[in-house]
Amino acid sequence: MAQDNLEREIKLLVIGGSAGSLRVLVGALPHLRQAIKFAIVVVLHRKNTREDLLTEVLAPKTVLLVKEADEKEEILPGVIYLAPADYHLLIETDHTFSLDASEKINFSRPSIDTTIETAAYAYRDTLACLLLSGANTDGVAGMKIAKSQNALIAIQAPESAEMPTMPYGASISMVIDHVLEPGEMAEFINNLS
Amino acid sequence: MLGVHISDDELEVLITDLHDIYGYDFFDYSRASLRRRFERLYAMDKYLSVAELRYRIRTDTDYLKRVIEEITVNVTEMFRDPSFYKTLREDVLPHLSTHHFIRIWHAGASTGEEVYSMAIMLHEANLLHKSLIYATDINPSVLETARKGIFPLVKMKQYTENYIASGGQKDFSTYYAAKYGHAKFNEEFGKRVIFSTHNLVSDQTFNEFQLIVCRNVLIYFDKVLQDRVFKLFNDSLDTFGFLALGTKETLKFSTVIKEFKLLKSGEKIWRKTI
Repeated sequence: MAQDNLEREIKLLVIGGSAGSLRVLVGALPHLRQAIKFAIVVVLHRKNTREDLLTEVLAPKTVLLVKEADEKEEILPGVIYLAPADYHLLIETDHTFSLDASEKINFSRPSIDTTIETAAYAYRDTLACLLLSGANTDGVAGMKIAKSQNALIAIQAPESAEMPTMPYGASISMVIDHVLEPGEMAEFINNLS
Repeated sequence: MLGVHISDDELEVLITDLHDIYGYDFFDYSRASLRRRFERLYAMDKYLSVAELRYRIRTDTDYLKRVIEEITVNVTEMFRDPSFYKTLREDVLPHLSTHHFIRIWHAGASTGEEVYSMAIMLHEANLLHKSLIYATDINPSVLETARKGIFPLVKMKQYTENYIASGGQKDFSTYYAAKYGHAKFNEEFGKRVIFSTHNLVSDQTFNEFQLIVCRNVLIYFDKVLQDRVFKLFNDSLDTFGFLALGTKETLKFSTVIKEFKLLKSGEKIWRKTI
């Protein structure tokens, strides 16, 4: 599985998901090794709540630092950044974050498409994207752009997803580099770098 | 956005044109957001090339208004982030009530939803009659909408929920008249507001205020411009005046932070101490 991953240097992994994705993520986080050399950005659809609940849920599951992305913050390896509720999370070409409170896209803010698209142009072939369970197709358009920029493309196996629409949408839109069962997520991430 | 990708160089050319021809300075705006806005405009107006978009901007003076309106973000709602309004209501308005005359600056007022929210809270605190809200924005066209105080009726369910969550106890529907799918807010609110264009990048301070509200504007600026705007706000605030920012904005890293104190942990409201 890790064959072609070894040939390229990954600097950023963007993980997108909606309904049914949180449990997959929570299952993988405890198995991530501390020494990963790239940053991870997680964009999950969630209710607009001020409380930073997602950070509280995810942080205890991993040895890596988990934090909400701040605007203008420099993207550093070994950190898991969460897209804040009710903002789009954009990646600048100088590898910092920008936040954007503009219109929802496909009824979503944060929009997975927006983060992946901006990451695609900022990181090109050093970007990896992983799309998890979800009941809509947010992320698919962004993944197509990432694919065009030679990013590494992975999805949760649609038949393993609680809501297969999102990974299935990706699977019929482009050639997928890795199709992963929930139990394979941590190993996949650990083998990137 | 699918369709077009505006390159770094193309983006700089568009920004430079807006500056050189029209005097609008977007040089210190965050690029990723600005690029998305231009790409969105490109898609909406069905351009076939960036050169065509550029030509239109350069030659069609009337089109400029639309460009400025679309490349800046004007998304807003009434009582957005209700806990913020609850804090304003409970922890800021009581301080303002001690003044004979209350001046509030709402910078980046957009289409006015948050300005009317403020006016409603001042009304409920029996302060509206001695208050004046200066609502400013870079866009003349959004201020036209704001001045009318007319918002889509379909939004009122969400706004009523926000209002209640912010601690509002009245019947929200008494504040507007519903007609033809729109909600027109009572004129007493708009009467206490002065709507005016103001560009935070290039314009100076114009008064002294007890409260400045500027939410989800600074996220589009780079750090240098952010700091310049914080200085402008500092110069425009009375001693013990309040500065309110958006959920993900902070005064923490600015050069004026030593003159301010955070009002309450978890809320983005600072009080000037000098």
